[in-house]
Amino acid sequence: MALIEARNLRKTYGALRAVHDVSFAVERGEVVAFLGPNGAGKTTTMKLLSGYLRADAGAASIAGHDVAAAPIEAKRHLGYSPEGAPAYGEMTVREFLRFAADLRGLAEPAERVRATLELCRLTDVAAQNIDTLSKGYRMRVGFAQAVIHDPAALILDEPTDGLDPNQKHEVRRILKEMASRKAVIVSTHLLEEVGELCTRVIVIAKGELRCDEPRDRFLARGPDLNQVFRALTA
Amino acid sequence: MSTPAEATPSARPAGRAAFVAIVRREFAGYFRTPLAYVFLAVFNAFAMSLAFFVGNLYEAGVANLDRFFLYHPWLWAFLAPAAGARLWAEERRQGTLELLLTWPVTVWQAALGKFLAAWLFLACALLVTLPIAFTVGYLGSPDWGVIASGYVGSLLCAGACLGLAALASAVTRSQVIAFVTGFLACFLLVLLGYGVFDGLLVGALPDETVDAVRRLGLWRNLEPFTLGIFDVPAAVYFLSLAFAGLGLSTLVVDRR
Repeated sequence: MALIEARNLRKTYGALRAVHDVSFAVERGEVVAFLGPNGAGKTTTMKLLSGYLRADAGAASIAGHDVAAAPIEAKRHLGYSPEGAPAYGEMTVREFLRFAADLRGLAEPAERVRATLELCRLTDVAAQNIDTLSKGYRMRVGFAQAVIHDPAALILDEPTDGLDPNQKHEVRRILKEMASRKAVIVSTHLLEEVGELCTRVIVIAKGELRCDEPRDRFLARGPDLNQVFRALTA
Repeated sequence: MSTPAEATPSARPAGRAAFVAIVRREFAGYFRTPLAYVFLAVFNAFAMSLAFFVGNLYEAGVANLDRFFLYHPWLWAFLAPAAGARLWAEERRQGTLELLLTWPVTVWQAALGKFLAAWLFLACALLVTLPIAFTVGYLGSPDWGVIASGYVGSLLCAGACLGLAALASAVTRSQVIAFVTGFLACFLLVLLGYGVFDGLLVGALPDETVDAVRRLGLWRNLEPFTLGIFDVPAAVYFLSLAFAGLGLSTLVVDRR
């Protein structure tokens, strides 16, 4: 069973066709790089998969649960970090993660929070208000709330955006650690992440799927990935 | 994180856990900044000032609080939108609405949790005014049932204003716009059947119409409670406004 599945997803905003007939399935152990230029429909597709947006047509499912028909079940199995990793800035990191744990009804929430703080290297700033954190830490907090319940499916919208090389390395390390047990989709503008992190590549442009193939086949398209990207998304 | 991915363990039914977590977070959220204490102080100061200096509570020499509750629609019209402006507008501004609605919680649970937390906060503002009741009890022999009824009426009135404030907050990402819109909606309900505005209608409209307009106002519905009467239609009026505002705000937030 695919842990993340999109079947003929469509979404329009007025006259704009944001996502058109997008279908794919992500299995356990796969880390999918979701590539595309700005405005290609990546974020909209992720919002459709997360259940935040409703599709005009088609369906999305998480761990076999349709996000429209059984949203609560689907969301219980999903970890999702929206673009920019929004969080309640007036809360401390620990309070925020405790809220996420309580809201999900997790058993032993305090232990969950402790383990997640450790996993995401956030223990040192646990007592700090999220508003006062650097962007790197804020992104990690967004990531932490997405993994606190150890979900089967993980969808991360640009989780390394704006991070310095060390911070990027840190996020990728954590992702690699847990990748074998999950189905992961990571949207990114950074083509180097394809080689470093992902097992498969999906390219989307103008709301349409342009490419869906294993990483090695994608990398074999040419030595200059920027050129490959431009050709696919033209 | 040693738990297998499939497990996604849950200690309690997800819906109840989510609801309780939201009420707790929202309620605590009011006290994270000094604004909450300013709010409580302002409410108390205005409630007392209006009762003593405008309502002449002391000079009246009667051991009841009807002159205290008389001005509560004005207070709630201003302060319920102030407390309710953040409910959804702040979630939209911070981008956390997307986070909240992709957690295992329904929009209804989130909306009800937020609303109840805000209503509890307004109840705290009412609690802060209890010394005035004890003072009246010290100076005279009030009917405590009438005073309790006045507090219940005031709390219901606060809920009605909060419903409108929740709706105003759901349609914008600006807390200022949410506050002004919510205040104007509540202000209109205060005017219906009140003082000068009521005077304009009397004579210009048939008596039945003027009376119908009064029944739509906050003050007319609060009045029986201040006299010790638990007026069921008035309670239904307040709760209808509260839940209409809550329901419509939920529908607005749910349009995605």
